[in-house]
Amino acid sequence: MNEIAQIVVLTLAAGTPLVFAALGELVVEKAGVLNLGVEGMMLVGAIASFIVAAKAGSPWLGVFVGALAAALLSQIFAVIVLTLRANQVATGLALSLFGIGLSAFIGRPFMSVVIDGIKPLAVPGLSTMPLVGKLIFGHNPLVYLSIALFLAVQVFLQRTRAGLVLRAVGESPQSAHAIGYPVIAIRYAAVLFGGACAGLAGAFLAVAYTPSWVEGMTAGRGWIALALVVFASWKPWRVMIGAYLFGSVTLAQFQAQAAGVAVPSQLLAMLPYVATVVVLALISRDATMIRLNAPASLGKPYHPE
Amino acid sequence: MRLRLEARPVPSRVYVWTAPLIAALATLAVGFVVFSAFGKNPLAAFDAFFIAPIATRYGVAELLLKASPLMLIATGLAIGYRANVWNIGAEGQLTLGAIAGGGVALAVGDALWPPVLLLPAMFVAGAAGGMLWAAIPAWLRTRFNANEILTSLMLVYVATLLLSWLVHGPWRDPEGYNFPQSKIFAANAMLPILLPETRLNAGFLLALAVVAIAWLFVRKHIVGFEMRVAGLSPGAANYAGISWRRNIWLGMLAGGACAGLAGVSEAAGPIGQLLPSMSPGYGFAAIIVAFVGRLHPAGIALASLLMSLLYLGGESAQVNLALPSAVTGLFQGTLLFFLLAADVLVNYRPRMVLA
Repeated sequence: MNEIAQIVVLTLAAGTPLVFAALGELVVEKAGVLNLGVEGMMLVGAIASFIVAAKAGSPWLGVFVGALAAALLSQIFAVIVLTLRANQVATGLALSLFGIGLSAFIGRPFMSVVIDGIKPLAVPGLSTMPLVGKLIFGHNPLVYLSIALFLAVQVFLQRTRAGLVLRAVGESPQSAHAIGYPVIAIRYAAVLFGGACAGLAGAFLAVAYTPSWVEGMTAGRGWIALALVVFASWKPWRVMIGAYLFGSVTLAQFQAQAAGVAVPSQLLAMLPYVATVVVLALISRDATMIRLNAPASLGKPYHPE
Repeated sequence: MRLRLEARPVPSRVYVWTAPLIAALATLAVGFVVFSAFGKNPLAAFDAFFIAPIATRYGVAELLLKASPLMLIATGLAIGYRANVWNIGAEGQLTLGAIAGGGVALAVGDALWPPVLLLPAMFVAGAAGGMLWAAIPAWLRTRFNANEILTSLMLVYVATLLLSWLVHGPWRDPEGYNFPQSKIFAANAMLPILLPETRLNAGFLLALAVVAIAWLFVRKHIVGFEMRVAGLSPGAANYAGISWRRNIWLGMLAGGACAGLAGVSEAAGPIGQLLPSMSPGYGFAAIIVAFVGRLHPAGIALASLLMSLLYLGGESAQVNLALPSAVTGLFQGTLLFFLLAADVLVNYRPRMVLA
């Protein structure tokens, strides 16, 4: 039974970066903005958190700074798209390319630095309880944070007035503007939140999951998170299911390698990417379902005049 | 006083072409700040970054050599981008092109096919490989409505892993001291050198030819016109009966074919064998080249020179300034940011108004 508990712990950990990044992007898209820069923001969050953890010796301060750095970076995107009215697809790509370049540039001296990362919880007496101990008390603290974030996003979007306004901005910015809501300011805030979440995702990878810094260490998780939002048809609870499914695919790949399965490691490593493509195709097939669930103004520019 | 943006009745032709210059100048300004922040004398750094790499005949040849794949890929991508087909997986299509073209070279081996036969066979195989890799997102988009941005990008990782497996496994050179690399290509599988004592090869001519053909297609062929219409106004294109499925297929396949050709050019040119990585991100840099070149063949040719200079400058900065060569990626991203920001001037007139 302990093995099962261990597998659950590892699956949740593998899915957690996707939870952070996809929940953030979900809120951004709910406000009608498509930010393709998740991968870049994650990498900047990762290196910022790693540098702080290495220099200041505090991984928690690193997590905070990682989220902050990615949130700041997201505002470059926001200014170009929301104020200067550029194409969201092109600007998001620019953000990803810029983030990849920036993180590689400032991260070079930290390539082989070792830090003391954030460890899984070990509550005396509780985490060692048979069966449930590890399942309930044995996760990394950031895993609990990601679950709290899920609950917060769910409640915010479905149960608060501010969440309703944010969704209105994403569905019909014209109407939201007409009844007096500051559409552009709300979209700025949503992009800022998405940036902070992507930063948390990167920070989790750099100071808790691995913990180390490798160039391009997100390995496409930012793009998978974008696919996950579509897969989840813009519903937070389905983001969680999708993220943990992908976590288990990642895990299965490592387990198969460790078990010495006679398939080359490179072919096993293709699994998460192939799975993303297949799942995206299956879910997108139902065009009506996508149209009904996607925020109506997603990716479309809106300028109140 | 506050700034207001007034929509122009027609896009400004002046700013369509000055925006890239503004972006390049702004990127230089950022470079000034970055170099100063790292305690380098900015003037010496600029010299090392932008002047020294192309001060020699060899340097100019390197500039053209690195511009070739960028020009080639960006030209192919631009055909799709004009029709709002967002192929961002050119890096993977380049890799598949290198695998297919390199596979032909390795299969023929020392069988001494004449280059006039072998090289075209490699390029046909490479273009087919790139097109195959681009056909997957095209099919998924037209058949399953799956977003081509995400699927084409995912396939980059799959292609990289496929190449890595090949050079670690079945295609590894048995006499290569266990390094992950294929056999070195036979001499008749290598592109002829254009300028003696440099690495500039016939791939450059191929790139120029493709740019010219693409220009003819976009400007003079009815299908090129229809794809531009679809990009400018999807509604009008639909009303006129222009098939969006055909646009997606053509847009993706054009990008895939060009990226595949670029992959063969790299394998049969400066590299000369298959390695785990066949490109320092040309497939992604070409996206920037396409935008900075305004999706126009002539603009793309110029932008590819600029981007090539950023690559050379990054290498030079590593050697002469002890700065990580990743500074190239930083400048590439900055350039695209500034371009997209400067583009506001194309469609809007900034006005200071009393609030």
